[in-house]
Amino acid sequence: MENNSERLAIKVDQVSKQFKLPHEKVTSLKSIFINFYRRRRTFEVQEALKNVSFDVKEGEFFAIVGRNGSGKSTLLKLLAGIYVPNNGSVTVNGRLTPFIELGVGFNMELTGRENVFLNGSLLGFNRKEMEAMYDDIVDFAELRRFMDQKLKNYSSGMQVRLAFSIAIRAKGDILLIDEVLAVGDADFQRKSLKYFKQLKKEKKTVVFVSHDMVSVQEFCDRGILIEDGVIKAAGNATQIAREYTLMFENSHLDSDTKGYRNRDPDERPGNGNVRITGVAIDVNKQEIDIKVDAKVNKDVSELIYGLMVMGEDGREITGFNNRSLKRPNLTHLKSGSEIKFNWKIQNIFKSGEYSLTLSLVSTQSRYDDFVDAGFFKVNKEKHSNTAVLPEVSVKHTIT
Amino acid sequence: MKHIYSKKNRALLAELVRTDFKLRYQGSVLGYAWSLLRPLLLFAILYVVFVKVFPLGKGVPHYPVYLLLGLVMWNFFLEMTTQSLGSIVLRGDLIRKIRIPRWIIVLSASISALINLFLNLIVVMVFLFLNHVDLLMTTLWLPLIIIEVYILALGCSLWLAAGYVKYRDLNYIWEVIMQLGFYVTPIIYPMTRITSLTVKKLLLLNPMGQAVQDARYAVVTHGTTITKGVFSGGWYTYIPYIITIVVFITGLLYFKSQAKTFAENI
Repeated sequence: MENNSERLAIKVDQVSKQFKLPHEKVTSLKSIFINFYRRRRTFEVQEALKNVSFDVKEGEFFAIVGRNGSGKSTLLKLLAGIYVPNNGSVTVNGRLTPFIELGVGFNMELTGRENVFLNGSLLGFNRKEMEAMYDDIVDFAELRRFMDQKLKNYSSGMQVRLAFSIAIRAKGDILLIDEVLAVGDADFQRKSLKYFKQLKKEKKTVVFVSHDMVSVQEFCDRGILIEDGVIKAAGNATQIAREYTLMFENSHLDSDTKGYRNRDPDERPGNGNVRITGVAIDVNKQEIDIKVDAKVNKDVSELIYGLMVMGEDGREITGFNNRSLKRPNLTHLKSGSEIKFNWKIQNIFKSGEYSLTLSLVSTQSRYDDFVDAGFFKVNKEKHSNTAVLPEVSVKHTIT
Repeated sequence: MKHIYSKKNRALLAELVRTDFKLRYQGSVLGYAWSLLRPLLLFAILYVVFVKVFPLGKGVPHYPVYLLLGLVMWNFFLEMTTQSLGSIVLRGDLIRKIRIPRWIIVLSASISALINLFLNLIVVMVFLFLNHVDLLMTTLWLPLIIIEVYILALGCSLWLAAGYVKYRDLNYIWEVIMQLGFYVTPIIYPMTRITSLTVKKLLLLNPMGQAVQDARYAVVTHGTTITKGVFSGGWYTYIPYIITIVVFITGLLYFKSQAKTFAENI
């Protein structure tokens, strides 16, 4: 087991962290004096982390996910050595670059140039090293014209660009990254994505705290899910992302269905060899249950059945057909037979209105294309803001 | 403290001091010139008040320079401790987000104060020259005296900076203590004005009093009353140094014990 690729970069062993939150409600001058003499203010102990243990292997992309306030940032700060655990130990093998946040130490009153040197020194570079890479930093940030202006005159996007350009110069064996990807425009996000891919190629150890399950699944090998200061799940990135998404399913949900909108089947595209005759939608916390009735009007040798979910703006959010679900096409359907489809889509949708498009096709021809076959509404207090694919199943019966 | 000389930490320290200096006169027309102009103007006022209006220093040779040197030494102590006091809290953003040695922040504040001291000493030198003070060989002691004051001030700074994170009353308390200190240190009044030997002795047990008088003795005039002059030898003369060392070491230990929790307490 102890070969090089299995060496541990970070070992977190039964770490607990408590914060004392003082009750600071000084109501009168008198109470100030009373408190002063007692020397002890009342406080509340908040347990940010309880008995957390995990390892990060060398060269691994490790995700820490969890809701706001679950303790993940505390954990990251413990890894970075900013906090000291009350119990347990954190062992780090290798040089750690703690950019918990971009642009630490940026001073609005200094020019962009001066901030580059200041920020660089916080990442461990001396002036000479910074001078050597100064041009690269400026070019990467595309801010050459602005370098002699004070930072307070920069837009927030420009500040982030500058900070990011410096941060990626930091050389360490282990990088701690806290949602830096969540900022910036599309162009900037592309750059940071490229940087991530490079890190992965260079086999750097990265601990990544994020809400973005797409990034987590794309980059991370393993991860942990933290909830209320304890590890709720540990495993590979896909499992973690799914667990995280599922967490939001328990949230309050108020659903209703508008359901089937009766429209003249003859106006719909398709040759009508098979027609949809009825749609019923039922939304609950766990899933969206869609029942579709269809009637075969003429013998068909092959049927591919599919469904698309559209958002309020009419754009496709997700779509499936029997092939994508690895189910065989229906074959040799006799005229007059009726088919009942029952789709079950995991409800990971965020609050909003959605519409359904149903389609029945074959490889050669289109039978029925039912746009706005039904609507459903999702109402959640909390939701995951992610584009993780929901779990889908479909069953059919032919009569 | 073993990393104090590491390349990384030195670079960081230099950059923090540089930033501090740049920001100090940010937006002012005269800029860095203020670091010389300010002590000059302040001294001009004191000169008028204490040399022309209330001539406290009658009989003290070169009293203006004597006064100035005392003030410069005191101001160094005052500036360094006051700035260090708030330094950790002021840099809370750094401490909460990045792991840097905490003492670097206090050290950078102290170095800023040291730089100011040297600029002020230049002003003192100018006045030495204008007052036709003979250059004394003992001037060479001055760096040693400054080191003593620096160590004392650093000890206080470590106590204050760490304490201020938890107790925000400290800055008011320290302000009052400094006001008191200004008067229990022989700065604006010469020791010759004090008739009681016991009071003289007490004043010179204060490390700042001892340092100020020593500096005057070394640079301005050998007529200055120094510790040796009021105590007839014995271990008493070491008390100011012992205080200095004790303050420094306890300050260091207290700071070290508190530094771990700065990030969560700020």
